[in-house]
Amino acid sequence: MVRAMPAHDVLIIGAGLAGQRAALAAARQGATVAIMSKVHPVRSHSNAAAGGINAALNPDDSWESHAFDTIKGSDYLGDQDAIEIMCREAPDEVLWLEHAGVTFHRNAEGKLGTRAFGGASAARTYYIADITGQALLHVLYEQLMKHHEQIDRYEEWFITDLAQDDDGRCVGAIARNIRDGAMELFSAKSTILASGGAGQCFKPSTNALICTGDGMAQAYRIGAPLMDMEMVQYHPTTLAGVGILITEGARGEGAHLYNADGERFMEKYAPNKLELASRDVVSRAEQTEINEGRGFEDGTVALDITKVPRKRTLEALREIVNIGRDFAGVDITREPIRIRPGCHYIMGGVKADIHGRTAVDGLYAAGEVACVSVHGGNRLGANSLLDTLIFGRRSGEHAAKRAAGLGKPKPVRAQLHDSERAIGAIMRRTGGRRVSEIREELGTMMNEKVAVFRDHEGLTDAHSIVRRLKDEAKNATIDDHGTVFNQDVLGALELGYMLDVAECIVVGALERKESRGAQFRTDFPKRDDEHWLKHILESRNGDDTPQVSYSPVTITQWEPQERTY
Amino acid sequence: MPDYTLRIRRYSPENGDAAHWEDFQVDLDGSRSVLDGVLQAKDREDGSIGIRCSCRAGICGSCGVRINGKPNLACRTHLDEAHARAADGVIVVEPMGNMPVLKDLIVDMDAVHWKKIQRVTPWLLPDGPPPEREYVVPPDNMIDVTQTMACIQCGACVSDCLSMEVDPLFIGPAALAKAYRFVGDPRDGHQEQRVRDLAEDPHGLYDCTHCFNCIEACPKGVAPMSQIMRLRRIAGDDHHVEDRNNGHRHEMAFVKNIEKNGLLHEADLLPDSYGGKLHPRAVPELVSSLPIILRALQRGKVTPAGALLHKHKAPKDVKRIFRDIEGREERYELNLYVAGEEEDAS
Repeated sequence: MVRAMPAHDVLIIGAGLAGQRAALAAARQGATVAIMSKVHPVRSHSNAAAGGINAALNPDDSWESHAFDTIKGSDYLGDQDAIEIMCREAPDEVLWLEHAGVTFHRNAEGKLGTRAFGGASAARTYYIADITGQALLHVLYEQLMKHHEQIDRYEEWFITDLAQDDDGRCVGAIARNIRDGAMELFSAKSTILASGGAGQCFKPSTNALICTGDGMAQAYRIGAPLMDMEMVQYHPTTLAGVGILITEGARGEGAHLYNADGERFMEKYAPNKLELASRDVVSRAEQTEINEGRGFEDGTVALDITKVPRKRTLEALREIVNIGRDFAGVDITREPIRIRPGCHYIMGGVKADIHGRTAVDGLYAAGEVACVSVHGGNRLGANSLLDTLIFGRRSGEHAAKRAAGLGKPKPVRAQLHDSERAIGAIMRRTGGRRVSEIREELGTMMNEKVAVFRDHEGLTDAHSIVRRLKDEAKNATIDDHGTVFNQDVLGALELGYMLDVAECIVVGALERKESRGAQFRTDFPKRDDEHWLKHILESRNGDDTPQVSYSPVTITQWEPQERTY
Repeated sequence: MPDYTLRIRRYSPENGDAAHWEDFQVDLDGSRSVLDGVLQAKDREDGSIGIRCSCRAGICGSCGVRINGKPNLACRTHLDEAHARAADGVIVVEPMGNMPVLKDLIVDMDAVHWKKIQRVTPWLLPDGPPPEREYVVPPDNMIDVTQTMACIQCGACVSDCLSMEVDPLFIGPAALAKAYRFVGDPRDGHQEQRVRDLAEDPHGLYDCTHCFNCIEACPKGVAPMSQIMRLRRIAGDDHHVEDRNNGHRHEMAFVKNIEKNGLLHEADLLPDSYGGKLHPRAVPELVSSLPIILRALQRGKVTPAGALLHKHKAPKDVKRIFRDIEGREERYELNLYVAGEEEDAS
């Protein structure tokens, strides 16, 4: 007997902030909702966004100012219509969160209090100590538990493929229950990808081990183009070696950067904003100091948090006190900590419009997996949480409304059997390289050749290495042939996703022959608005290589200017 | 690089073998984590080793395990520290306790931990519709509940909870800390119902035995036991909920006893714990304690004169301490975010 197929109006893939916000919004529209994630929702990487969430909520502030800072931060590659929406809706979203139970920091009057953040012309970052993402994620999960009657949670289910009907519409997904290995076809009228970023393509990275670009690759494979994939943010303050993040909140609270000669070098690179310039600017400054021999011998510079009063550090930066102690053996309240730029965030992703719709009918994308684009060439700190929530909500609402007018979707059951066969084939492989070895080589290579400074030679090299690794991955072997928590076979699937995403990153970086935002080409060191004020789109063509095309940047009221901090 | 040996508890429900130990050699710097060690073994030797992990930075709460018998996050335990504490130089890594093992180091959090979290109505229940803007609340209250918001639901406290070992139905440290997050939140309108519900549950608030294991186990400084004690104080002091286990009266008997005598007068302690010698509740307790009292007399631990004629009076200093503490307007808070961290001697 064939079991009934799980069917919902809206299926959400990924249960970080974007996914959970989408689920709550879709449920509010009356839709039946399933939310699915390869980890328990509170393990999602939204946890790591420590510093805060931006909103022009203060009467002295304005959404226009927030929008301009975001556009300037994006190096004018962000789409201004989408940025306007995000910044206009930010205050209401923060209030919605507060009403749902988020324990935001209060000022002396008991109202919401703010801290300063990079690239912003006003202190508009709302926060909970330095666990903002974690607190938001856990409060949204409280709401998911509250609305359990409308929202089915599939925790620890791994998506192998998106499902399509005969007309190419996305009608759900095929997933493997990690706990027992069972494969299932989930039918849905609308499907929202909210599966996060792809930082694991780089090693080290601040990103969690789960950030393997699954959703980007899945969308790419069914014909949804990826956009601005070359825009990979290196965060200015990560620990050497393991790549763990030290929040920008540290600099927001007043910490300084010094080189090995004790110079506060940001005075040279951003005389006005100093440490609080945009992340791309600060990361390049640090890398320049290190490359020119003014860093420490381990390739780092120093972040001095002792400038911040100790009591304030213990209250507002408690998590990085722990991180300093646990991961660097440093008491940050008493001595500087050594940091360097590290891979942190991908501004690019599945091209999506202001409702989250991708090029494939029925498929939405929100959060880091998507490129709307509100971050353009460089994301401002504390805009990522905002992006996930605003576009998570908008996608959830739109997907639910769309589903209300549709009949029963018609997924093709053969796809489930194809996915099952593909997994069986991985388990039968012999003689190839280990999956873990290929993953390691990919990450190390990307961090060497596709990092803060890039050039044609390095990128061409990187491309040929990715192509070779793609070939090797087809025969890569694993040890675990079981069904219960077979993380090994999932690792092989993740490697496939990472390689597709890495190739798009490299091809995008080769294509963009200018320096803008996070993309700095030493062979094209200037921004070139005449030729490159446009998005790069990559679609998968028949022989599994990215096909490049372009789309214009939407400009509403802010014409590109020279960018200084 | 130094070599470390990891002894990992292996179990697969699929192959019919009993759980067993397997040793792996890893070559990593001592400042790297036990998780890095497990992942190296997984990458190089045996990809079937099961461990949940994600952020590697002590934030996601996935990699709770027991290392040399003590629960912790594998990602924030250094190899050299674990090695220094290992009995024979071998770092022992095994799944957390109090939860069923699914495979190797992976336990069933849903069956225990998350079920208990859901028991405490884990969402905000404000009275009436929300205000137009934010709720205006004292800043210290928000900093206060931030300590419990710092919980990452890793399960380390559940793993080491002694009460839960004896009473698997005990709501437990993580869920009770979660409950405090709402009870201590001034926006929640159901403080009294919440504490009353938790206090009246026979597996609830008063099931904790103050063993401190959860405080020691918690990698994030949430101090679940402190939150449980604060829930009890709110229940008892603010809502006059009776402690069903007599623990509160017992504690107060100590306080009264010291205030009066300066030194502990044991003969008064037991009856006072049950409301005084003549209280109906005290009689059966005294009777059932008779064998103990007789044994104590027999062994000279107490003398009839000492027990009945305790003459010691509390000195002035003790009285001053009592006046000092009772004169305070606010309760002393067991919360590092509010009370601040103790400065070290230097």
